[in-house]
Amino acid sequence: MAATSRLHIPHPPARPGQRADFSYLKLSPAGAVARPDPRARADQMTNVSTSLVRVLDDDGKAVGPWDPHLDAADLQVGLRHMLTTRIYDDRMQRAQRQGKISFYIKSTGEEAVSIAATMALRPGDMLFPSYRTQGLQIARGRNLVDLMCQCLSNSRDMCKGRQMPIFYHWKDGKIFSVSGNLTTQVPQAAGWAMAAAIKGEDHIAAAWTGEGSTAEADFHHAMTFAAVYRAPVLINVVNNQWAISTFQGFAGGEQQTFAARGPGYGLPGIRVDGNDFLAVYAVTQWAAERARNGAGATLIEHVTYRAGAHSTSDDPSRYRPKDEWKEFPLGDPVERLKHHLIVLGAWSDDRHRALEQELDTLVTESWKEAISYGTMTEGPSLHPDTLFEDVFREMPEHLRRQRDELRKIRG
Amino acid sequence: MAQMNMVQALNSAMDVMLARDSTVIVMGQDVGYFGGVFRCTDGLQRKYGEHRVIDTPIAEGGIIAAAIGMGVNGLRPVAEIQFADYIYPGFDQIASELARLRYRTAGDLYAPVTVRVPAGGGIRGGQTHSQSPEALFAHICGVKVVMPSNPYDAKGLLIAAIEDDDPVIFFEPKRLYNGPFDGDPNKPAIPWSTHPKGEVPDGHYRVPLGRADVVRAGNEVTVVTYGTLVHVAEAAAKANNVDAEIIDVRSMVPLDIETIATSVRKTGRCIVAHEATRFVGFGAELSATIQEECFWSLEAPIERVAGWDTPYPHAFEWEYFPGQARIGAALKKVRAAA
Repeated sequence: MAATSRLHIPHPPARPGQRADFSYLKLSPAGAVARPDPRARADQMTNVSTSLVRVLDDDGKAVGPWDPHLDAADLQVGLRHMLTTRIYDDRMQRAQRQGKISFYIKSTGEEAVSIAATMALRPGDMLFPSYRTQGLQIARGRNLVDLMCQCLSNSRDMCKGRQMPIFYHWKDGKIFSVSGNLTTQVPQAAGWAMAAAIKGEDHIAAAWTGEGSTAEADFHHAMTFAAVYRAPVLINVVNNQWAISTFQGFAGGEQQTFAARGPGYGLPGIRVDGNDFLAVYAVTQWAAERARNGAGATLIEHVTYRAGAHSTSDDPSRYRPKDEWKEFPLGDPVERLKHHLIVLGAWSDDRHRALEQELDTLVTESWKEAISYGTMTEGPSLHPDTLFEDVFREMPEHLRRQRDELRKIRG
Repeated sequence: MAQMNMVQALNSAMDVMLARDSTVIVMGQDVGYFGGVFRCTDGLQRKYGEHRVIDTPIAEGGIIAAAIGMGVNGLRPVAEIQFADYIYPGFDQIASELARLRYRTAGDLYAPVTVRVPAGGGIRGGQTHSQSPEALFAHICGVKVVMPSNPYDAKGLLIAAIEDDDPVIFFEPKRLYNGPFDGDPNKPAIPWSTHPKGEVPDGHYRVPLGRADVVRAGNEVTVVTYGTLVHVAEAAAKANNVDAEIIDVRSMVPLDIETIATSVRKTGRCIVAHEATRFVGFGAELSATIQEECFWSLEAPIERVAGWDTPYPHAFEWEYFPGQARIGAALKKVRAAA
């Protein structure tokens, strides 16, 4: 037979109607992966990029060298943030279905990736979010009313009605603006981190992007700049297995882990159980310590699963098995942390239910307050003049003229 | 005052700003140790150190993105893109990020980045070292767009751009780096020391963004142009005995329509000239706006002179370049029109 080249088209292990199959996911037992010295050379720790750092075992116990030994009180805070995020997401999804907001993106199943990481960083560290990391805002203590007002584009919207729902930012909370152009924030985070190093500060930057978005050139730019300048930046790749309808193999995940790209650039790459709150916390803490000590950037692959649709405009039943999340071997980050706290004797089903009720009330009350500042259809609303503001610091003559033209037409 | 060519004037602008403001940094391919392929950053790294004048990887998208991150973190980066032809990998970071950060965050976040971009042809650069893509950037909402035509303006505009809190795309007509060029490649090159705008103050001064300059007063025809063609138009008017009023736009965004309209209302005749391609070029915007502002004063249709709508050819550079012959013909046509 004559030799011919072949075009390989990656296929997910299961499509709708087929049995979910995660046999492709290489797992390590909890506690099995060694914890390298945070100041060691990247090429001395390549094992952490292909194994899986896990702390919580199946019995809900924290085991192994990565256990961050957090107080139960801190874990309870983490659980509260994750539950707040989940309940907030459910409420906003409902608001979209009721036609109150135009669009929404849930982060269900991925809460630990945002929240544990944020809690492991300092308030002065700058966070560069992706569109599914509302947990960053919640972990930094953002008022839910502010987030809801953004989604409503109302008179108290932080973005003055210029962005679709979920494109938040928070200057005072040191959270950058979400962009619809994917991965653009990652090389920006590298630049932010370079500036911190130039200024001799010990603040670091952390960015989040999806595994699908690592295919963008910006990811390569970020890795190159982070490596070349040893910039104090954490590059978090959230591998939730799905980029809308294409599975992680379409971003290059079939032959190699995403974390394994780190060593190719001279950076540590750590693959972590993204649904294990303690493991995400520990790996972030390790990478932050490394960055603050001048040893540079780390690539972190969080293995998780996108439990919901990509967005309210998506229907995943058309491209993946309905029950896939239930079969995901790393479970649910909320349930796992809850179980761990119960095992520690620091939590109970009753307390959990009470917390859920408290947060339900908080979200409901916040929503009532948010809509009092207006909705897409009912006032109070922003003045249309504002649409010409903030294009430049000072409004130039041509925009003043266009503003006047609009005023005249509106009468 | 000193005699400077445009390279020295740009170098002096960065030198002044690096000395005055510790948040200013210069970055780009080959700008550091080597001093830039056009020598615009010569000596700056030696003077200000590797943390202020930074060599970067060959990654225009990465350079712009990193500059944005630095800008958000309190620095004032001046990023060099080695040739305008290579800016496109950074286009998304400029159009979607740099230009819109202030707007999308309602003024909370912004990045005061200046992007220096050597542009234009007439240097035997073929289609990969000759482009003038200013219209692509002028079309973006949220970036200012500038192109100087002489050393004095180059320094004053670059200082104004660096001090501006809005992002500025700063195009440098590289054919003018070493001397004014009247469009005739067969004449011996002349240095900037022969030109009054080659006199440049050593210290700090600004040429404000958004103001056009009347470089020659006249009564018969207004020529609205910028960059290299300012000098070509002057020579063409002289050669054809046309009493032209020549306006150097200098700043495309914001555009000083007042200065332009005042002139066209006076002369009643206008040609618009640039080196960039004609179709949807910046001249189309100029022509449309002048028509809106000056229709009842116009005595002839506005004429456009531009690069042909082809890539910039290597062998037929001077057939492509909108030189004195084409500008002269347009001047005579517009002057003669009833």
